[in-house]
Amino acid sequence: MTARPASPGAGNGRVLLQRRRRYGDTVFRAAMLTAAGLVVVVLAAMAVFLVTQSLPALRHYGPLSFLGSDRWAPSDATPAGTSPNPYGIVQFIYGTVLTSVIGLLIAVPMSVGIGLFITGIAPAWLRRPLSYVVDLLAAIPSVVFGFWGIFALIPALQPVVSFLTGTLGKIPVIGGVFAGPFFGLSYFTAGIILAIMVLPIVTALCREIFATTPADEKEAALALGMTRWEMLRTAVLPRSRAGIIGASILGLGRAFGETIAVTMVIGNNVLSITKSIFSTGATMASVIANEFTEATEPFHLDSLFVVAMWLLIISLIVNVAGKLAVRRIRGDLA
Amino acid sequence: MRARFPAVAVGVLGVALAAAACGSTGSSSTAANSTSVKAMWGSQNATRCAAAVNTKPDYPNTIGTIKGGATTLSGAGSTFAAPMYSQWSSAYDTASKVAVAYASIGSGGGVAAVQAGTVNFGDSDVGMTPAEIAASKGPVLQIPLLLGAVVPTYNLPGIAAGLKFTGPVLGEIFAGKIKTWNASALKKLNPGVNLPDEPIAVVHRSDGSGTTGIWTDYLTKTSPVWVSALGGPSQSSGKTVAWPVGIGGKGNEGVSAAIAQTKGSLGYLESDFAISEHLTYGQVQNKSGNFVEPCIATIVPAVDGVTFPSSLNVSLTDGSNANVYPVTGTTYALVYEHQTSKAIAAGLVNFFAWVLTAGQDQNVSLNYAPLGSALQALAYAQLKKITINGTPVA
Repeated sequence: MTARPASPGAGNGRVLLQRRRRYGDTVFRAAMLTAAGLVVVVLAAMAVFLVTQSLPALRHYGPLSFLGSDRWAPSDATPAGTSPNPYGIVQFIYGTVLTSVIGLLIAVPMSVGIGLFITGIAPAWLRRPLSYVVDLLAAIPSVVFGFWGIFALIPALQPVVSFLTGTLGKIPVIGGVFAGPFFGLSYFTAGIILAIMVLPIVTALCREIFATTPADEKEAALALGMTRWEMLRTAVLPRSRAGIIGASILGLGRAFGETIAVTMVIGNNVLSITKSIFSTGATMASVIANEFTEATEPFHLDSLFVVAMWLLIISLIVNVAGKLAVRRIRGDLA
Repeated sequence: MRARFPAVAVGVLGVALAAAACGSTGSSSTAANSTSVKAMWGSQNATRCAAAVNTKPDYPNTIGTIKGGATTLSGAGSTFAAPMYSQWSSAYDTASKVAVAYASIGSGGGVAAVQAGTVNFGDSDVGMTPAEIAASKGPVLQIPLLLGAVVPTYNLPGIAAGLKFTGPVLGEIFAGKIKTWNASALKKLNPGVNLPDEPIAVVHRSDGSGTTGIWTDYLTKTSPVWVSALGGPSQSSGKTVAWPVGIGGKGNEGVSAAIAQTKGSLGYLESDFAISEHLTYGQVQNKSGNFVEPCIATIVPAVDGVTFPSSLNVSLTDGSNANVYPVTGTTYALVYEHQTSKAIAAGLVNFFAWVLTAGQDQNVSLNYAPLGSALQALAYAQLKKITINGTPVA
């Protein structure tokens, strides 16, 4: 009997090879599944954690009472009192939404403009450096924005806002929204900083969206005798409208959660909603950052968890809506 | 085309740098105001503040150094006392090689840290309430360590230090009832001063603060408008109140930054912060009707006529002495009476015995007053109550 050398794919050799491949594959699959599952678990755990930590306050005051009042006065809280709820959070939701909307109102037109410039008007050698510089804005840390906001932006804003409060602030019905006095720290200042922070995200998406316009549509417009601006307005913008909206919603999601830069420039007026956009206020993120270290009043810390829970819910809804909107336009972007 | 890019890049960079340079001149420096304009304190204050005060009481340390003390201690709390703790801990480190780390997080934070047991000692300018002590891990000793003043600090370019205020007027300003600097109440108190027609930017604390406790305690005693605006005496005084108006700053540090940055602002600060940041502050009318400058000689009389309960937790504002500055307070070190670790207990007794004796000689260098002999004796006696396993440490 001659011993036959085992050759690949012959008898015992093939079985051994297959077994090794299956074993390695299983381990690999399990590891990747764990990694992916961990992400889902962390998100779910965070949601469950926030809800359980806010349960004592929700049970004591009733879940809807938080949304029914705009007066946050921890010093009013007593261990037994349940009504009125001293931890009304409406002004924080108002502050978060107001600063984010101001930010978007400033950032979106600028982003659309930058996107149009990069894709349509800029010479080819400028496109990549300019895109790079805009993306670099996203790399600036939030606290640096806060610092810059206090020491550079506010002094620069003083004359501009004094002019606005003197003119817009005097208009009969809506004047209250633009009324002074302006002390620098305000919803408006926070909105401007949020605009700068949201600009890179919205610009990057707008750039991609505008770049997908078919070249022959643009050339057809130009061939019909349109100017560069008219061509952009009729061939590029109309088909990009939904994409711009999706990009804005994603930017909104980023603006909602911004904490340290907003906390530094918003003025920390937590008592109730203040009418003017030039007055001090607070956002959901800023009240948590300011008060969590010594939330010693009855149900104070639990109520801060209620604020955090609502912030998470609102941010998730906006982010998911943004991603769905962008995916409808460009499947490869989101 | 390719050669033009570097030139364009350099041009853009140059414009950006120029813009940044032009935009950075914003900080409103009030240092020029306090030095170049004559202060409005008046000769009476000059006499008061020149009065002889025992700034180096040289109290004897009868406890001595207990052996086996820990070489590191951790504390947290009041920003009111933070500058003093900083100096005490560095001097104590030189004297006895024990490192004391103090985190300046506000009196509210100090109380919370003591309740949670995350620090060896806490510090609060407002004593702990019975409810707060009940929520702690055991009875807490409150040991006064210094006397300090809370001063009304403002940023009005061109206006000197020494603007006159009264308790009722301050209460109306902080309640949002007086909104501009040239209101008639302020003009009446300061007849020769050219107060601008500018809105008052009220600055207060956004965190739980003993400085706020002292300030609102004074406003509650002197301003019925303040009390009714906040909804009653229990709401209008305390470490946290529902401020009707104003900008919130974190810590004495945050308030001084907000005042320095905002023209037309008025806030309240521990006096050392106002002095070291070169901010202008004013004088307050006391119970006897005199407008008094906050200085060492006017802080010391705050304890005159005050009966101290056994917990030593008492308000020192609105004193009855004719020369006292009315918004004065102390800071209490918060130490558990029944300690669980021998080393920590010995370390704490050694540190605070030093603070209450040799440390008191350093208070004046940072604009705090040392404790008077009566109060110092009471505070020193508190140290003897610290026990480990039932036996007193000292």
